[in-house]
Amino acid sequence: MLEIKNISKTFNPGTVNAKTALNGLSLVLNDGDFVTVIGGNGAGKSTMLNAIAGTWRVDSGSIILDGVDITGMPEYKRAKFLGRVFQDPMMGTAADMQIDENLAIAARRGKHHTLKWGVTKKEKAEYKELLKQLDLGLEERITSKVGLLSGGQRQAVTLLMASLNQPKLLLLDEHTAALDPKTASKVLDITDKIVNENKLTTIMITHNMRDAIKHGNRLIMMHEGRVIIDIKGEEKKKLTVEDLLGMFTKASGSEFANDRAMLSK
Amino acid sequence: MFLNWLGTLPGAVAQGAIWGIMAVGVYITYKILDIADLTVDGSLCTGAAVCAIMVTSGVNVWVAMLCALIAGMITGLVTGLFHTLMGIPPILAGILTQLMLWSVNLKIMGKANIAFSARNNKLLISTLQTNTSLIWIFVFVIVIIAILYCFFGTELGMSLRSTGNNLHMSQAQGININFTKVLGLVISNGIVALSGALLAQYQGYADINMGRGAIVIGLAAVIIGETLFSRIAKNFAVRLAGVVVGGIIYFFVYQTVIFLGLDTDLLKMLSAIVVAVFLAVPYWKKKYFTKVKSTSKTNGGEVSKNA
Repeated sequence: MLEIKNISKTFNPGTVNAKTALNGLSLVLNDGDFVTVIGGNGAGKSTMLNAIAGTWRVDSGSIILDGVDITGMPEYKRAKFLGRVFQDPMMGTAADMQIDENLAIAARRGKHHTLKWGVTKKEKAEYKELLKQLDLGLEERITSKVGLLSGGQRQAVTLLMASLNQPKLLLLDEHTAALDPKTASKVLDITDKIVNENKLTTIMITHNMRDAIKHGNRLIMMHEGRVIIDIKGEEKKKLTVEDLLGMFTKASGSEFANDRAMLSK
Repeated sequence: MFLNWLGTLPGAVAQGAIWGIMAVGVYITYKILDIADLTVDGSLCTGAAVCAIMVTSGVNVWVAMLCALIAGMITGLVTGLFHTLMGIPPILAGILTQLMLWSVNLKIMGKANIAFSARNNKLLISTLQTNTSLIWIFVFVIVIIAILYCFFGTELGMSLRSTGNNLHMSQAQGININFTKVLGLVISNGIVALSGALLAQYQGYADINMGRGAIVIGLAAVIIGETLFSRIAKNFAVRLAGVVVGGIIYFFVYQTVIFLGLDTDLLKMLSAIVVAVFLAVPYWKKKYFTKVKSTSKTNGGEVSKNA
């Protein structure tokens, strides 16, 4: 499904602020994989997602998605294959537009924008059904501006948007990090539901080790721009947080350093 | 004296509505695309110049106005390409085009101004027939608002709105933000040039200086319209109509202070100060009068309707 081959990215090269965020990263995802990603501060987790999404070009290496080399493809063109949810709930939706308009834009991701109506009546009915499944009462507020929703509600809508149009890959960048614990767990439940129902291949970054263990069928740990631990299937099911910390120290030769991860352990 | 003042009103309405059409163009860039586009100071004159030179050479007035519209769209295209292809910040891109247009407009007209009259040329509107002019101007207002209302409800129009609203989200949703930005600038400056063409006919002349400060008048109309109409109605068409009304109110006030004997040299300064203060109001409001949000009211942080 996704094949990342030896990609590297250095920010501000040649200056005192030079920072190698990805250092020969390779990763292969199979169809239907739900991978959780953990790692210390500056391990390159978000950078990896941005490299896949095309926020900028990588310095070297290649990214192949479902047989298509997307390494040099501009961000807006890759978007057709990808569903994305960001850490900041404000980032994934257009605040001044209605819920149905936001969904309609997502439904047209990667399609040509024509002079046909932006939201059809038939679509509105479909969106109502989809929103009902979120169980947040949003189906009653379909013409409300998204800016009026809470952070958790906005993330739920963004998740729904990301899942429309059956993306080849769903990218979740710490999408519950800005939410309070109760809301975060509700959004994670919605995430599981959406991923399972649509059988989406997913990469989810999280700072919470328990969540990383609980969700998905595969867990990777990153360090200094590379994958240092990759655990799948039965082995992952038996994991504990202590196991993970131990493995990290052994693989990286240093202590696990992620302020938020340590706090929420 | 009061009757004299009253006598200036139809003229103020006509002129205000023409500037209101221009302000609708400013609304598209300033409010929808979130770009302060200074091209308009030049493109207004471009529209007037194209219309004047064509009409005086005997071309049909409708053809002349269509050409003015297209010329305005090209000026928007230039600013858009400066911004997207060459990475120039939008304000500076607009200033560069505006400066270019000074020369272009002079070359179009061949001199600094062209006077023409409804007596010698077939014009659509003119001060000589204020009443029929008013009707035509309002036909333009209604048609332009109707077209824009429909356009911003289409897939393409929605992609433009989302670009102005959230660049990040738009790119993640596969919208080519460079294309939508250029498109917005093209539409906006087309409308501005069309209003320039109407203004030239109404005044009976096109002048190289006529667009100077147009952006400020446009912003004034947008602000007046928003202040008056945003609470009454959320409907997009009503908001655009509000902008035109804003233009009319601006010219009411303008005519009135002239009538009261204010030194006309000071008018541009006063306009700029008024617009500056109005632009500052939302900022001041946010800085000094923000209430602490109560979570119970906004349901902030709560994702569940039952929680």
